[in-house]
Amino acid sequence: MAERKVLPREDERCFLLSRLGADSPKPRVKLGGVFCSVQDAFDNKTLNFESFSPAPARRGARGRAEEPHTPPGLADARSAGDGGDGDTRGEDDHLIIKGGKIVNDDQSFYADIYIEDGVIKQIGENLIVPGGAKIIDAYGHIVIPGGIDVNTRLHAPFLGMNPADDFYHGTQAALAGGTTMIIDHVLPEPGTSLLAAFDQWRDLADKSSCCDYSLHVDITRWHEGLVEELEALVKDKGVNSFLIFMAYKDKFQSTDTQMYEAFGVLRDLGAIAQVHAENGDIIEEEQKKLLDLGITGPEGHVLSHPEEVETEAVFRAITIAKQANCPLYITKVMSKSAADVIAQARKKGMVVYGEPITASLGTDGSHYWSKNWAKAAAYVMAPPLNPEPGTSDYLNSLLSCGDLQVTGSAHSTFTTAQKAVGKDNFTLIPEGTNGIEERMSVIWEKAVVAGKMDENEFVAVTSTNAAKIFNLYPRKGRIAVGADADIVIWNPKEARIFSAKSHNSTVECNIFEGMECRGSPAVVISQGKVVLEAGKLNVTEGSGRFVPRKSFPDFVYKRIKARTRMADARGVPRGQYDGPVHDVISATKSVPPTPTGRGPTCPGKAQITPARNLHQSGFTLSGTQMDDHIPRRTAQRIVAPPGGRSNITSLS
Amino acid sequence: MSHFERRCNKEEDLPVYLARPGSASQSASQSPRQKSYGMFSSVEGAFENKSIALESYCAQRKRSRSRENLADGDSGGSKDMGTVPSGKRVSLSLSERLFFCDSSPPSSGIERRARRVRGSDRLLIKGGRVVNDDLSFFADIYLEDGVIKQLGENLIVPGGVKIIEANGRMVIPGGIDVNTCLQKPYLGTQTVDDFFQGTKAALAGGTTMIVDHVTPQPGASLLQAFEKWQEAADKKSCCDYSLHVDIPHWHEGVKEELEVLVQEKGINSFQVYMAYKDLYQMTDTQLYEAFSFLKELGAVVLVHAENGDLIAQEQSKILGMGITGPEGHALSRPEELEAEAVFRAITLGNRVNCPVYITKVMSKSAADIVALSRKKGSVVFGEPITASLATDGTHYWSKNWAKAAAFVMSPPLSPDPTTPDHLNSLLACGDLQVVGSAHCAYSTSQKAIGKDNFTLIPEGTNGVEERMSFVWDKAVAVGKMDENQFVAVSSTNAAKIFNLYPRKGRIAVGSDGDIVIWDPDKMKTITAKTQQSAVEYNIFEGMECRGGPLVVISQGKIVYEDGKLHVQQGVGRFIPRKPFADYIYQRITMRSKTMAARGVSRGMYDGPVYDIPATPKYVTPAPSTKTSPAKNQPPPIRNLHQSNFSLSGAQVDDNVPRRSGHRIVAPPGGRSNITSLG
Repeated sequence: MAERKVLPREDERCFLLSRLGADSPKPRVKLGGVFCSVQDAFDNKTLNFESFSPAPARRGARGRAEEPHTPPGLADARSAGDGGDGDTRGEDDHLIIKGGKIVNDDQSFYADIYIEDGVIKQIGENLIVPGGAKIIDAYGHIVIPGGIDVNTRLHAPFLGMNPADDFYHGTQAALAGGTTMIIDHVLPEPGTSLLAAFDQWRDLADKSSCCDYSLHVDITRWHEGLVEELEALVKDKGVNSFLIFMAYKDKFQSTDTQMYEAFGVLRDLGAIAQVHAENGDIIEEEQKKLLDLGITGPEGHVLSHPEEVETEAVFRAITIAKQANCPLYITKVMSKSAADVIAQARKKGMVVYGEPITASLGTDGSHYWSKNWAKAAAYVMAPPLNPEPGTSDYLNSLLSCGDLQVTGSAHSTFTTAQKAVGKDNFTLIPEGTNGIEERMSVIWEKAVVAGKMDENEFVAVTSTNAAKIFNLYPRKGRIAVGADADIVIWNPKEARIFSAKSHNSTVECNIFEGMECRGSPAVVISQGKVVLEAGKLNVTEGSGRFVPRKSFPDFVYKRIKARTRMADARGVPRGQYDGPVHDVISATKSVPPTPTGRGPTCPGKAQITPARNLHQSGFTLSGTQMDDHIPRRTAQRIVAPPGGRSNITSLS
Repeated sequence: MSHFERRCNKEEDLPVYLARPGSASQSASQSPRQKSYGMFSSVEGAFENKSIALESYCAQRKRSRSRENLADGDSGGSKDMGTVPSGKRVSLSLSERLFFCDSSPPSSGIERRARRVRGSDRLLIKGGRVVNDDLSFFADIYLEDGVIKQLGENLIVPGGVKIIEANGRMVIPGGIDVNTCLQKPYLGTQTVDDFFQGTKAALAGGTTMIVDHVTPQPGASLLQAFEKWQEAADKKSCCDYSLHVDIPHWHEGVKEELEVLVQEKGINSFQVYMAYKDLYQMTDTQLYEAFSFLKELGAVVLVHAENGDLIAQEQSKILGMGITGPEGHALSRPEELEAEAVFRAITLGNRVNCPVYITKVMSKSAADIVALSRKKGSVVFGEPITASLATDGTHYWSKNWAKAAAFVMSPPLSPDPTTPDHLNSLLACGDLQVVGSAHCAYSTSQKAIGKDNFTLIPEGTNGVEERMSFVWDKAVAVGKMDENQFVAVSSTNAAKIFNLYPRKGRIAVGSDGDIVIWDPDKMKTITAKTQQSAVEYNIFEGMECRGGPLVVISQGKIVYEDGKLHVQQGVGRFIPRKPFADYIYQRITMRSKTMAARGVSRGMYDGPVYDIPATPKYVTPAPSTKTSPAKNQPPPIRNLHQSNFSLSGAQVDDNVPRRSGHRIVAPPGGRSNITSLG
């Protein structure tokens, strides 16, 4: 009660002193010496958008210091809730989540959340809310921002087949697993327009998606003409991430030169370069070799995509990105050594992100040798799951310590009948596994329950980091006033067993079949509406909105920008070389001196004409100046160097 | 005393069949090793001569008498020492024995000296400390007909022998420089150091054999190029040589030539390029094919590891910025591009199971990758060169264009001044194995072809003459490396990798008479004025260097003595090298056996198969346009070789006739094994 008296006085100061995100303007005072906690250290420090606006809509609601364990506060909240409950039940537009522990990526705290019009309006205790709000009880659960699945392929034609899970089934499965936003890959046919493909994907997704979505665009064949389209996509269409393939030779694969050019363009546009990292050249050779050996089953897939080939490509992609000073994002980190390369590059200062997926975190590649063809084929994806069983533990560890940042699912499912197209040739098996629904639970089980990761880090890797990298933050990826109401009430204790019988995907084979996971969503709220409650999905086809993403995400580009300023190479100003020059033209004994005879040289070699560069400084330290020497005879062949004015032997 | 003697006698009674191979000094080393004085004293016989005597395997023993002499001296010594308290005996024995041999038969020594006749066919190196890669010992060496005939003490040699007094100095196998380019053409010009100049410089530096690179033009015949190089070298070379052949362009037709080169011409190493876009560069697919083919031939693949695609991009960027000087060379070839290519080459090597040899390791990160993958079991070798071990790339920013241009080579020297130290450390611990020089010297006027465009500067630096001295100075003199490792990296490892061992790279009976008497304390200041190379600019100009050759013997003849060279043009022989060097291919062959991929024998899939629509909406279904030829190789007929046994009970032939062209949305139940999890 003493606090209440203090409050009004502070409110006056509030306008003058209100700092960004600081809702409790009391200066911190250490009361009890070194070992006591700082006062207010456990207060609500959520980013509050409305504190910047002049009209404070939530007066009084947040003022009270948060006291999670005081019974009076709890009682208050309950009584207020009861009042609302009686009035209008079932109205989905107004929601209040009560009694849960809110977990963001930086901290956890107890507070209620009030949601209106699909947006979080208030956070705190004893919220004063209009009547008719539906109350959701979150006692004993944690309340987390909805998951963001950064890698799905819900529409990707392969040999005329489309994945079994389209946007409707896929997003349904996503919501059932606690994921409230997906970022799907647009896969244009090589040589076709990116914009047209993008429009096609948007059409499909707008019609059938049940949750918010965004789109990555894959660059399946790089050429200079794409620059315009990319610019249009970035500036007008809200796409800021593009995938480049280093695999799928003669189909999608880009050469190093193309990657370098593409990276340069993407950097200038402020986009993120994603890479499917596998060495397509080696894979193709290995595939030929294995087929020649008579190996045609799914085990040939993993044998022809060995771990090293992935690691090599990751290493190369990082090198190229470093040269181009472009942020890099490795999709589908599937092996220990590839993850290690990313971790090492980050330690060397590279702006690179790694995305392990549900499959690599939850299972391993030993199943490729299953006697059951259908089962073995279900695991076929590229890069393949690593046969070494320790891989998933290792990736979970790196994910926990921050060396890997984001988790996707690479959800792209094909039915067994579709997979059976490659029954006599593993190279024809359509690639892709399920994982969109299992993603959050697998990470909770493998990382949080195992004690590797805390709940905040869990939120970071399932949602917040993705939102930051792809510039959705703080609209997505955080529970804060003003953020989208994509919220999951997570039951950390409830265990469930994955099975093809109970999952929401349409395929017959679940690669996590029989795996038991503790932790599952109790309630899922998407766009302010409850879509999963008591195990029942209640989705609306086509309700998903396209979420545009702006270029130059701060999280990624702040560093890149600083480096661009630093990295300008400088030449050495030195006097013109005035010594003898070997005559090339007259000495044509064995080789034609013009480089054209030996195949096309790179454009760089021919660019500079041997004319004198007048921009170069004519000043030299050695005393001779640019213009004070006798006329040069450049075409004279001189075997022994002359003395005199030449500066050949002087050691500067 | 008495019981010791008795034991000695007993040991001499041991049956002959217990003698170990390669033990040349019969009585002394036939005795099994015994610890005589407890845990901390050395093993008896540990300091005996254990060099491989090739002749000990053949029936007639020319030098058995001398051996017996040595043995007598030895046993006499040990008898005398028998009373000396423990510990001292062994430490004394070496010097003692030397003293013995020098003085015990004084008369014979004088006699021999008196019989000394001029004639360098027969040489006796006296009183030297023979240093091989595995051990050092004091012994005299007798050379005849360019071959080491005897090794030991108190040798009995014919008259007319020239005697060289080594006075306890190190006697080491002559250096082998595995990377030189003495006839590399560039835009119609050739290196100023040809085979004569270059091998002269090599001999002056203690290197008695070079392995030069044959660089054919893209599209030209490898065989013709090889013959051209061999002819030039035969005419001019002053020391033994061998040749690597570079593969400038990979195509099917090369295979035949490679086969001829390996099987008839004595070439077992070929270089491929990952750099020089549109000129020599190979794609990963070509590299894979080349590696596979060369592995079958038993050759060593040398890789010039730099990412040529990125270099070309960087070059045009840097030229576009207006940077045209030699610093542009370093800027356009950053360390990462080298490291990346090394990583890729090793990955390819692992996939093909082919040994990979990285030429010119110039940066820390590239060296680290070689070291790391060796720890993971890859068969990979790294070759730092004189320049990368002794100097750094800061000179590219020199105000003096000629100086800066002299350093231009690829991969470039790393601008990080701590690089040489790091590379020397890795060389000392065995993570890098061989030292080359990449000697490829162009005059300043030749370099000036690129005075307005750094991409036109011919690439190459000197280093063949300075190689041995700098390794000594930077690694041995500072305490990183011992003398045995010095011999290993400057000579023995190269001989092993390229299958010259033990003819080269070791001082042993039967080996070639390529020997260097090394002075560890010789101080020398490197300068272009005193060097043998014809180039006007020495990149090590002004550097002080400790250690150098005192006497160099090539093919049993003294070619360098008292600072003077006595070389003869054209005496160098071509040394053919056989494929499948044991040092490399033993492991590769074992791996080929164990690494074979095996398929899973499983029942035929009998479930529904999705029918690929004949007229798809977006894609043409025919894979011929987009996929590799391999993809449609196996026809979709039933593979009768595959096992038709299935664990799930359903057998291949007991199902109802399948309609494979039927589109089925929901999978059928019943006999299909789709949902059963086997």
